[in-house]
Amino acid sequence: MKALVAMSGGVDSSVAAAVMRELGHEVVGVTLKQWEGPDGRLPTAGCCTVADAEDARRVAARLGIPYYVLDYTDQFEQEVVARFGAGYLAGRTPNPCIECNRRVRFGALLERVGALGCDVLVTGHHARVDRVRDRYRLLSGRDRAKDQSYVLHMLGQAELARIALPIGEMTKDEVRAEAARLGLRNAAKPDSQDLCFVQGDYRDFLREHFPDTARPGAIVDEHGTPVGSHDGVSGFTVGQRRGLGVAFGEPRYVVGVDASTATVTLGRRSELAVEGCRVEGVTFVGGTAPSGGSRVEVKVRYRSQPVAAAVYPAGADWRVEFERPQEGVAPGQAAVFYRGDEVLGGGTIVEAA
Amino acid sequence: MAPFLDAEFGNPSGIHSVSRRAKNALEDARERVAALLGAAHPLDIVFTGGGTESDNLGVAGPALAGGDRGGVVTTAIEHDAVLETARFLGRLGCPVAIVGVDDLGRAHPAEVAAALTGRTRIVSVMAANNETGVVQPVAEIASAVRADGPQALIHSDAVQAYVSREVGLDSLGVDLLTVASHKVGGPKGVGVLAMRPGIDLEPVIHGGGHELGRRSGTHNVAGIVGMAAALEAASKDRERFTHDVEEARRRFETRLVAEVPGAALTVPGTDRLVQHSHFRIDGVDAETLLIRLDAAGVAAAAGSACHSGAIEVSHVLAAMGMGVEDARSSVRFTFGWTIRPGDGDAAADALVAAVEGLR
Repeated sequence: MKALVAMSGGVDSSVAAAVMRELGHEVVGVTLKQWEGPDGRLPTAGCCTVADAEDARRVAARLGIPYYVLDYTDQFEQEVVARFGAGYLAGRTPNPCIECNRRVRFGALLERVGALGCDVLVTGHHARVDRVRDRYRLLSGRDRAKDQSYVLHMLGQAELARIALPIGEMTKDEVRAEAARLGLRNAAKPDSQDLCFVQGDYRDFLREHFPDTARPGAIVDEHGTPVGSHDGVSGFTVGQRRGLGVAFGEPRYVVGVDASTATVTLGRRSELAVEGCRVEGVTFVGGTAPSGGSRVEVKVRYRSQPVAAAVYPAGADWRVEFERPQEGVAPGQAAVFYRGDEVLGGGTIVEAA
Repeated sequence: MAPFLDAEFGNPSGIHSVSRRAKNALEDARERVAALLGAAHPLDIVFTGGGTESDNLGVAGPALAGGDRGGVVTTAIEHDAVLETARFLGRLGCPVAIVGVDDLGRAHPAEVAAALTGRTRIVSVMAANNETGVVQPVAEIASAVRADGPQALIHSDAVQAYVSREVGLDSLGVDLLTVASHKVGGPKGVGVLAMRPGIDLEPVIHGGGHELGRRSGTHNVAGIVGMAAALEAASKDRERFTHDVEEARRRFETRLVAEVPGAALTVPGTDRLVQHSHFRIDGVDAETLLIRLDAAGVAAAAGSACHSGAIEVSHVLAAMGMGVEDARSSVRFTFGWTIRPGDGDAAADALVAAVEGLR
């Protein structure tokens, strides 16, 4: 088998390449050039930089595998960055990593695997794929603290049949130890934290690339009474408490963001909790939807614990009813349905109520 | 060149015998390169750190000489070493004009002459393009420039052309000429700027005043000696090279057009360097094709590699009016000095197989 490994220059994808090679596969490493500075070059600071590509190139050389940088700047701009901006313009809190996985990595790149002479696409995600008879399942990573299955919920049978996630069985410590054993220069490289295309504050990025997100507006209380002002709704997400620029005796939280009127609504913590949410664009890993009222666990943010809920089809969308009211359910984020370790599917939250 | 990496370690700027031997080797190389490029005196040869540096010095040197902010005229298909130098000079306040080319990638003498102003100090036009191989009418451009702007000097980057064309100050009719070592099999990181006598240059590398103050820095003696040998060897081998590579290219292109559906030469019917084959294949992504060819042991190119190694859409093809989509399905094969006529068939075999694998 010939494996195409998407290498970011980080330790996870580097070890993924090493594992595939040790399993005896032929391996080709690629880095996606997704974003570029104003001069058309890769950025030199932040994530997704020249230095990251260089790290990947050196790891590939160390592993003795061919390595290429593929230009995905156009797709990334159209499919990820434009949607990211549009999400904020609509008052949502988008997750661009999910769109990148859906449309670029496991979209455009996966489609190209055969043309590049390979059989399978490999990434360094902390998640697992297993096969039960002729069905593939997507499972959370063995290292629960690093689990990335949330950002892979859109994968279906056709995708899972053509990918491998070899480090899903490893803990982060094991990944680093393996990288050190192999003498890879990024063994101790810190995990990336920020959006790969943003250097510094994402709000500055939005102001520069999507000036409409910087439209000033009012901050109002639960009665609609103005209590302050802001420089743009992109600085606010449902559930946010810090940085409101408004002082009250009792802690206040963002409970609503209306981009059309540039209004941010604050409320008490009790108002933050919602019974459920509406989710659009839902896909299921197994290809078939569960029956209405199925009991599942739902994650509403990348770094939140799954909570018990029931899911119901609602026209083209799905309705999630939490067993207990949940806080911080932000439109634009994904709601991902789990049963234990297994990802059932998920979609994008459009309304929290 | 090997002794100068080892026992003959002298710095040619010293006074003792070890240095003297290095200095002799350096000046011997200078005489040989001067003869090859038609320089009037060996001291009209400036050794640099490569073609890019020679281009920087050849363009910025005259433009900034005497504390001036002289004007620059160049073409849209130049190597970045010239274009970026022109843009840099523009930021310093030099008036810069970049002249377009026709759809076969040729600059026209009248258009270059029309861009001249009273402030123009330097006109830079490459001898042949490094992507398409299209030969530029440098001598005609030089005549037109001399007629319309006698104060302007003419520089030409002949890095790509040297291996297969007679290249010299007189044959091209230019005042300054860039040649580099690595394109003729010499060591990388060494270049030449040949010039007519009496040209005043502002240096771009400042320091201890080596190379008559035109390029400071301790000499790369081994590299320079190696370059002189490589340039001489290439000059002697030129007829054989041209003959073999022309036949290899003929075989390659005949089969390309016959056996690869949608394949078309980019610059048909133009005077182009014999070692270049530039073509487009409808519906084929060049990046993907190059990766498949690499796996098959064929090293080809498209556009130029950026800092990260991603392929950038060629500014040369854009200047020729080619759209982005067409540029993305364009590929360049170049044939080196080890190529024999039969290698054209091998290259065609690999290309045909790679394209079939994609479709």
